[in-house]
Amino acid sequence: MTSTLDPATTRTPLMGQGINRIDAIAKVTGEARYSGEYPLDGMIYGWVVQAPIAKGRISDIRPATTLSMPGVLAVLDYRNAPRLSDAGDGELLLLQGDRVYYRGEAVAVVLAQSLEQARAGADALDVSYLAESHDVLFRADHPDMYTPELVNPNFPSASNVGDVDAALAAAEVVIDQVYATPAEHNNPMEPHATTAHWDGDTLLVFDSNQGASSVQMSLCRLFDLPRSAVQVKSEHVGGGFGAKGSARPPVVLASMAARLLGRPVRVTLTRQQMFAMVGYRTPTIQQVRLGSDRSGRLQALDHLAYSQTSKILEFAEQTAVLSRMMYATPNLRTAHRLLPLDVPTPRWMRAPGEAPGSFALESAMDELAQACNVDPVELRIRNEPDLEPDSGRPFSSRNLVACLREGARRFGWDDRDRRPAIRQDGRWLMGSGMASSTYPARNAPSTCQVQARSDGTFEVRITASDIGTGARTALTQIAADALQVELDRVELRIGDSDFGPAMIAGGSMGTASWSWAVVKACRDLLGQLDAHSGAVPAGGLLARADTKDDVAAQADVTRHAFGAQFVEVAVDIRTGEVRVPRMIGVFAAGHIVNARTARSQLIGGMIMGLGMALLEESLMDLRFGDYLNHDLAGYHVASNADVRSIEVSWIDEQDDQTNPSGIKGIGEIGIVGTAAAIANAVWHATGRRQRTLPIRPDRVIS
Amino acid sequence: MTRSSLSSSFTVTVNGEPQLLDLDNRTTLLDALREHLDLTGAKKGCDHGQCGACTVLLDGRRVNSCLVLAVAAQGRSVTTIEGLGTADRLHPVQQAFIDHDGLQCGYCTPGQICSAVSALDEVDRGWPSAATADVGAEKITLDDSEIRERMSGNLCRCGAYVNILAAINAVAQ
Repeated sequence: MTSTLDPATTRTPLMGQGINRIDAIAKVTGEARYSGEYPLDGMIYGWVVQAPIAKGRISDIRPATTLSMPGVLAVLDYRNAPRLSDAGDGELLLLQGDRVYYRGEAVAVVLAQSLEQARAGADALDVSYLAESHDVLFRADHPDMYTPELVNPNFPSASNVGDVDAALAAAEVVIDQVYATPAEHNNPMEPHATTAHWDGDTLLVFDSNQGASSVQMSLCRLFDLPRSAVQVKSEHVGGGFGAKGSARPPVVLASMAARLLGRPVRVTLTRQQMFAMVGYRTPTIQQVRLGSDRSGRLQALDHLAYSQTSKILEFAEQTAVLSRMMYATPNLRTAHRLLPLDVPTPRWMRAPGEAPGSFALESAMDELAQACNVDPVELRIRNEPDLEPDSGRPFSSRNLVACLREGARRFGWDDRDRRPAIRQDGRWLMGSGMASSTYPARNAPSTCQVQARSDGTFEVRITASDIGTGARTALTQIAADALQVELDRVELRIGDSDFGPAMIAGGSMGTASWSWAVVKACRDLLGQLDAHSGAVPAGGLLARADTKDDVAAQADVTRHAFGAQFVEVAVDIRTGEVRVPRMIGVFAAGHIVNARTARSQLIGGMIMGLGMALLEESLMDLRFGDYLNHDLAGYHVASNADVRSIEVSWIDEQDDQTNPSGIKGIGEIGIVGTAAAIANAVWHATGRRQRTLPIRPDRVIS
Repeated sequence: MTRSSLSSSFTVTVNGEPQLLDLDNRTTLLDALREHLDLTGAKKGCDHGQCGACTVLLDGRRVNSCLVLAVAAQGRSVTTIEGLGTADRLHPVQQAFIDHDGLQCGYCTPGQICSAVSALDEVDRGWPSAATADVGAEKITLDDSEIRERMSGNLCRCGAYVNILAAINAVAQ
């Protein structure tokens, strides 16, 4: 048996290896339990009743009929719901009054012995409303449009370097276009579900989320409880993509209902309910103005983004922020405007900011390449900055050019004829396009405990969340490397807020942030083992780590992952259907921890980008003030037949300024640039620019 | 089967074991499995037959179990992911999903696997799909287009399709 303490031990690092998912067997056999699958004794089912008006007030709730129905135990509404304290999120102050702020807001929960009884009781609940006229139409010229102070997560709303207007007036070539992206819904396959149980004044919830300690903190604030009184467990999570990035209504409703009844309560949202209650990507309208010389060297970049929010919580998407760091230009301006409407609050959806922002910027760059008659890859290389254009700070590493060159080589880009609309194969017009990708590589403080057990194994405890990313596997590899032991000697436990505060699985920061805490705790433990003579005591040895100070002490450089995406499209000239036979993505994202799960995650991001380009669109029903196509028949995500050949690869990148493991994070970057690459390829195929997403058949042939 | 206004008693064979159930008539097969038999492998992604996460085999054929009333399955045989294989004895399709990383969050995975098992059987029986060039042919040629088409009733939001295709191809060969 290898000794932890033996410096002569040679072992192959697990970093980078394509190890099978540790939870794969549990997931392919159905043994993995998700949060709505814990049967607690005496558990009651809750069914959410939603407001059918977009604005107004509840005038009366008459629960008598519902309460007389078989199995119905209670109706939770604003009159009997526990009082909540403000946790800084208006979406969570549920059932606290008679006001209705958006259509689909929870107004009651019917509690019954069975799912069928709860649903029937909810259908029968007699609620009357006093409706007021609502305002749900997103438009750039709305008088209520304002400039937010900050955009998500905490960027200044505006930036300005040089004199953009003068530079645009003097530029030899100017591109000035407006791009639009629709509201989109995350739609993780697992609907939000919470099973809540109170034992006296302590609360245990099994909740589907991207960060158990974040949800724990929200529950503590809402119910005025100390951390020790709230435990949040999320062992397996069926996807999130931002929709589970913070506490969402089901966990609050289930906790209130369980309090009311004194029994465990489960609340699971329906797919339809998810369209109103758990967030979505804001629609955007974006004006991008580029000024360059005839060779395509940028003199000015101006990116103005409009988006929407609700009237109960400000969420300002950072749509134009990527333009601050992407390309070299002496004159650079970005700005955001925000419109509060009578709608649910938009929240994070995979690559918030960068996903819609890159559609506009990377489409405009393609238009500039066309205007200058420069190859789009070459145009980007010509505008490669040495320092971050907006701030003048150095990049910790920046390998966009390497990705562009490697992607072009893999795709066979150099043989491409730049002229549009000249390739036809039967009824198909063929084209190719490309775009750059980027996403910030940040870290957030996390805590971790590592225990050396007397049997030579190790237990790592961290409130990480594996929402399908492979984090459970990646962190086990990282811990084994840090402890210099084989994988099977490390047991990683995640998804339990009792393990201490930690970053959520979000912002491509999860594995990066957690890995830092894991490595730090493991190194501490190795030090203890070195200092300890003799066998590990029966109770084991424990090391704890908190990276708060380490993260705060990071050097002031800018950290980003980069990538390049190349696609081939075929456009049916009769129907306007767009197919994508081939996609290639090359990424530079620091160390890749697990080649297998990383490849899957990057491909998955590109597939969501394909959906964004061609399929996904939440349509606002102006009369009722709600998203109309609120199910998976009306809201189209990519299916198996939509996806053809996708290849991803990455370049070796050593970045010592990210975190001890050199990780940049890969959760978001796959979706960034995909839609622009496809839109640019559709132009190459047809000669027509697509500046509004999704690229529907009617938009192609109109 | 006994009758009352609201519930019924009936027997369904689940993973080879006869199960006597006494259920609210409104109970779907999916909810019977998940809430009454604690077989939570079949997942509820939409409850409307739009996502395929609840796919199980009913008398050997794949169905969306959210669209089948449990009482309508009386006397019939249901195979869920738990009955297809276990950690000690994985079904070849389960093993292929592991080998090819045909899953990420895992929530659609049991449905994908049940669907794949049934799709391969349908091909063996010579049943054509919308991607079949010659619907009159005795034997279906199982190519990538056939697999993609036959698996498109099972949505995967993580985007594991490329790997799911590879996994099914590996089993088919």
